Amino acid sequence: MTRSQTPTFKAGQVDGLLVEPLDQMTLIYQRRSGVTHIVAEPIPEILAVMGNDFLSAEDVATRLASSFDLDDSNATAIVLARLEELASLGLVERRNA
Amino acid sequence: MLLVDALRNPAGTSVLDAEGWTALLAMARAEQLIGTFARQLSGLAVPAAVRRILEEARINAEYQRRCALWEADCARRALADYPGRVVLMKGTAYAAAGLKASEGRHIGDLDIMVACADLPQVEAMLLTAGWEWVKEDAYDDAYYRDHMHELPPLIHKERDRMIDVHHTILPLTAGPRPDAEVMLADAVELDNGLHMFNPTDMVIHSAAHLFADGELDGGLRNLWDIHCLLTEFADANFWQALKFRARQHQLWPAIRRAARLTHQLYGTEIPQEWQSWHRQDKWYVLRLTARDNWGRGTRKFIRLIFYMRSHWLRMPPLMLAQHLWVKWRKG
Amino acid sequence: MHEFRVQVGPAAFRIGSTWKRPLDQVADLYRDYPTPDIPDYSVRLEAVSLLRRFIRPSVGINGDYMLPDAAPLPLAQALLASEMAMNLQMALGWRRHLLLHASAVEKDGKALMMTGASGSGKSTVAAMLGCKGWRFMGDEFVLLDLLTGDTVPFPRLISLKNDAIGAMQVTALDGRFGPLMPGTPKGDIRHLVPARDAIEAMAQSAKPALLLFPSFGFDPIVREILPSEVFIRLTQASTNYVALGEAGFTTLTRFIKTVPARAIDYRNGEEAEALVNQLWDELT
Repeated sequence: MTRSQTPTFKAGQVDGLLVEPLDQMTLIYQRRSGVTHIVAEPIPEILAVMGNDFLSAEDVATRLASSFDLDDSNATAIVLARLEELASLGLVERRNA
Repeated sequence: MLLVDALRNPAGTSVLDAEGWTALLAMARAEQLIGTFARQLSGLAVPAAVRRILEEARINAEYQRRCALWEADCARRALADYPGRVVLMKGTAYAAAGLKASEGRHIGDLDIMVACADLPQVEAMLLTAGWEWVKEDAYDDAYYRDHMHELPPLIHKERDRMIDVHHTILPLTAGPRPDAEVMLADAVELDNGLHMFNPTDMVIHSAAHLFADGELDGGLRNLWDIHCLLTEFADANFWQALKFRARQHQLWPAIRRAARLTHQLYGTEIPQEWQSWHRQDKWYVLRLTARDNWGRGTRKFIRLIFYMRSHWLRMPPLMLAQHLWVKWRKG
Repeated sequence: MHEFRVQVGPAAFRIGSTWKRPLDQVADLYRDYPTPDIPDYSVRLEAVSLLRRFIRPSVGINGDYMLPDAAPLPLAQALLASEMAMNLQMALGWRRHLLLHASAVEKDGKALMMTGASGSGKSTVAAMLGCKGWRFMGDEFVLLDLLTGDTVPFPRLISLKNDAIGAMQVTALDGRFGPLMPGTPKGDIRHLVPARDAIEAMAQSAKPALLLFPSFGFDPIVREILPSEVFIRLTQASTNYVALGEAGFTTLTRFIKTVPARAIDYRNGEEAEALVNQLWDELT
């Protein structure tokens, strides 16, 4: 993947998911697929800040930093890895830039 | 036959007693038509026990629909970078297009068709996205690739769902040679970028599947699809277009027989000149309606004839002998 | 085909059999249960071939829902085949409640549920409690109402295995037992008919109040379990959670948020009963 090919990601409709925080894990039921995901942070936080736009991993990391305490210098790389996982599960839509 | 009558005339079930309902529901389940049956009966007064059974069937049909459409979407994402057309087939296509044929329908694996030359590329993309091979045997694998009309089955390792990738609608060893290229070229685009066959090809595929490819197992359900499709698409031009297209695909006899049978069993409206009864049709009716009050298949001799016939149709006699020999040797 | 019909909780079965004798056995054990008009499911105990109808007769399990690779059982275990066939229909077909592989007993309108792997003792403890002042609700499946979250009874014949057979024969002195079936795929099996009050109250649901994960054969101890772990274990114990979609999700999340759960280890019936009473008093 070259520098100019930054993928972007978009979350689905807000009412497409049922979110139930439990202990350290959060349950997410996706209506369209019927799949229940059991996720840990920062997945619920990532989904919460994404809104309705196509965002790069860096955009998401920036949004996270302003709402949550993200002091990891590697935040963008971590967020990118999580977003790719979410894309392969169909929880976010992925686009090559 | 009880099930056929009930599908054709749902209101007629009001005369059924407990035994009648018991038999009807067992047959409907055995033919995988209970979801369809529930749909046909919605709004009609039925005994409380039946209402609960039909509600359960509706929930199940909804579950299968959700799974089928999601599976199609997963395939869409896996093939996002493939420039060619990906055509949904059968139940998933009906559901994606919101056709009457999809209402309450049992849907199993995902079937898609792509251009023959692109099979290696499509295969590679699916494997990258998490599908893997089901058949482990090298002989079956070679047989599939060389002679059948699809890749060997693939299953997704996490979702545990199968996908069948076709490049035409009949085995290469069968008699008729449908024109897969025009089916792809004339396919209709859906909202999500996937495709489905155009109306005439959709009917032709269903008829081909019923007669030229199979032993008529699940025939009543397949025929019900045809009934729904013909009812939905029929207009002044459709029948001529269907005849012309069927001839193009060398499947005109299959279309004629399908139309006669669905008219005879389900009362589908078809052109007058298509209605004359063919002397072999009664064997088909006997085979299709061979169920007892427990849902067991009956008329074993007729089943055997159709079983032998289906293999005969799928491969030339010499190949059949060789294939059965190898299968026997493997035990 | 010989035929017998039986209603168990909210489910009605039609059982067909090539042979008369096994069906007479089933009918005798279920004689106090209601007879339904229209069955929800049909099962068939059939000979695998014409020869095997008479020579070393072998029972194939067929029905509305079937498993393609199911191995047939010898005719002497036809009763077991019948129970397995009914389980299969529920496991594959039921969509009216959330189905959990668990046992349950009721007291004061509240239900105690137990779930765990085979050998954990959930059947045996439920059977024992059913003889000690609790109402038996089921030992194989617990049904959760999708709207109210209540537990709905499904009191089939209790399936006792190996050592539990002897133990229950002592505990349930008035109990009606089925034939002893040695050498089944799961060892020795004997069925116990639920007590009269369990059968008569088969339409009465209860509010789930405590969930236990028992483990038999260890020193007595109580452990807390995180809700997320309970959730995962219960989805694994459910055959229809996925098929129910959103209704399954809301029912199960409501359950784990309202019902306390503990893991308990025990070595014998007395310890199990003591732990149950202790936790019941403490948490409900």
